[in-house]
Amino acid sequence: MTMQTTALAPAERAVRLLGGDLTERSLRQYLEGLSGVDAVGLEQRAEGLATRSIKTSSKAWALDRIIELIDLTTLEGADTPGKVRSLVAKAITPDATDPSTPRVAAVCVYGDMVPAAVEALGAAHGDPDDGLVSVAAVATAFPSGRASLAVKLADTRDAVAAGADEIDMVIDRGAFLAGNYGRVFEQIVAVKEACRRDDGTFASLKVILETGELNTYDNVRRASWLSILAGGDFIKTSTGKVAPAATLPVTLLMLEAVRDWHRLTGEYVGVKPAGGIRASKDAVRYLVTVAETVGEQWLQPHLFRFGASSLLNDVLLQRQKLRTGHYSGPDYVTID
Amino acid sequence: MTRLTIPKTYKLYIGGKFPRSESGRSYEVRAADGAFLANASLASRKDARDAVVAARAAVSGWAGATAYNRGQVLYRVAEVLEGRREQFAQEIAASEGVSVADARRQVDAAIDTWVWYAGWADKFVQVAGAGNPVAGPFFNLSVPEPTGVVAVVAPQGEASLLGLVRVVAPALVAGNAVVVVPDEAHPLSAISLAEVLATSDLPGGVVNVLTGSPAELAPWLASHADVNALDLAGAGQLEWVDLDISAADTLKRVLRPEPGVPAASLDRVLAYTETKTVWHTKSLI
Repeated sequence: MTMQTTALAPAERAVRLLGGDLTERSLRQYLEGLSGVDAVGLEQRAEGLATRSIKTSSKAWALDRIIELIDLTTLEGADTPGKVRSLVAKAITPDATDPSTPRVAAVCVYGDMVPAAVEALGAAHGDPDDGLVSVAAVATAFPSGRASLAVKLADTRDAVAAGADEIDMVIDRGAFLAGNYGRVFEQIVAVKEACRRDDGTFASLKVILETGELNTYDNVRRASWLSILAGGDFIKTSTGKVAPAATLPVTLLMLEAVRDWHRLTGEYVGVKPAGGIRASKDAVRYLVTVAETVGEQWLQPHLFRFGASSLLNDVLLQRQKLRTGHYSGPDYVTID
Repeated sequence: MTRLTIPKTYKLYIGGKFPRSESGRSYEVRAADGAFLANASLASRKDARDAVVAARAAVSGWAGATAYNRGQVLYRVAEVLEGRREQFAQEIAASEGVSVADARRQVDAAIDTWVWYAGWADKFVQVAGAGNPVAGPFFNLSVPEPTGVVAVVAPQGEASLLGLVRVVAPALVAGNAVVVVPDEAHPLSAISLAEVLATSDLPGGVVNVLTGSPAELAPWLASHADVNALDLAGAGQLEWVDLDISAADTLKRVLRPEPGVPAASLDRVLAYTETKTVWHTKSLI
């Protein structure tokens, strides 16, 4: 699939949609002019989608696809190069008892762990479309985002220079909640620019909205549009450090924004729910929601990801159950 | 004035909670004379799966408690059981069609069993463990440790409470967690026992009760990779050889079926233990 998003210069989308004189005022008018979210309807729709029963061959397909969409994540203060190496080993060979298990899409680490991840991946480092594993780095003073723009940009450039294929940035929620949309917008544009590599290509930019701190669905919708307009390749629900993290209604809402953007411009923007998705059953519900909202074409690593760490083990247990016919246990997957 | 009877609908006991069966199924429990007694949940394989997850989560806490503490908790179960003696006697008499006097004798025997096994909690290690003689300057110590998650098919068709207690209590002594399928035809005393366990100090998940069909549940428990031991005490009427074979795939400890109600014995405690032997240098004293 052609990724038209990466070819565009930052902020070009906003200029196209809002006209040449892009100002804080015109941005605010546009975002606050978005229709309000019907919270009851949204939650009911999400609840309805969660009741679908997925069995046998569809379930087997879904489990493999979930693995292919996982950003296997470790974002702890106690991360060591050794821990990153073991994470990478698991990303490359999720289940040593079954070589047919697909690889995850990417490993997601802090910026300073990118060299360790790149080195550990070696020849397996590359595009998930080719069966390889990408390196995603969180940047911009993750998870709070409370630092000056200069620090955030340096953080981003460091990670890109170290070989990160994807940057997960956090928006300035303080500025957003204060109504300072222009500031948030400019920061995303600047970070997108910092994702530019020496050869002129861009690292894919995931914009974390941290929906758990945005309080209302209306805010989530505005932040989604804001991030898309500013040039985000992905919009991501959460850092995983704030509860509630990813929920089905919020993800549905973000998928709707992506769908509407696609209808408006023909461009593809990805969505990444992250945090709190631990069971295969939950992950399957997300797949159903994606397929029903934006279509099955979105179920590929460049357009949909799960940010998760413990989800993978649960999916592996389910796969083992399907393969052997009996229930498996945590003794049969690696502990990480 | 006549009162309306209140036919109860009982639920399962998994992880310290009383959920309905995931399948939504239930079955009628009938007295010996065919009269309707209550509805009980008919557990499915997914309930068995959930119960094993709950049991696994409970093992470390229960096995990590001091032996003295485990003994006290088990003794407390006997105390609470004693307080509800009459309820159990009535349920057993109605369900099994025995006289109330016989039912009381069964409840008393069950209480005595709890007390007997509670006493073993801080003593069995001294009996089964050893300081081994070795030709070198080492201490060499063997100690029994709990096996982990024990799946039990309780005795079927007679002495529903006593049979259940005789298989569950010994597995708890060493610190194992239990998933038990009680007497299919007479599940009331098992459900009431679950209420006793829930209101004594036993941590949630240490005992999980799945009322329903042993023929349906036992194969799933026998093949479950996260179950460490299988007690087939009440599986004599099932294809238990198949269960034994299926349990061998994951190297489970297996106790084979025995007729009637198993006697209280230390062997049943030790059946669910693994011997750990450690070498330790003798230092200068």
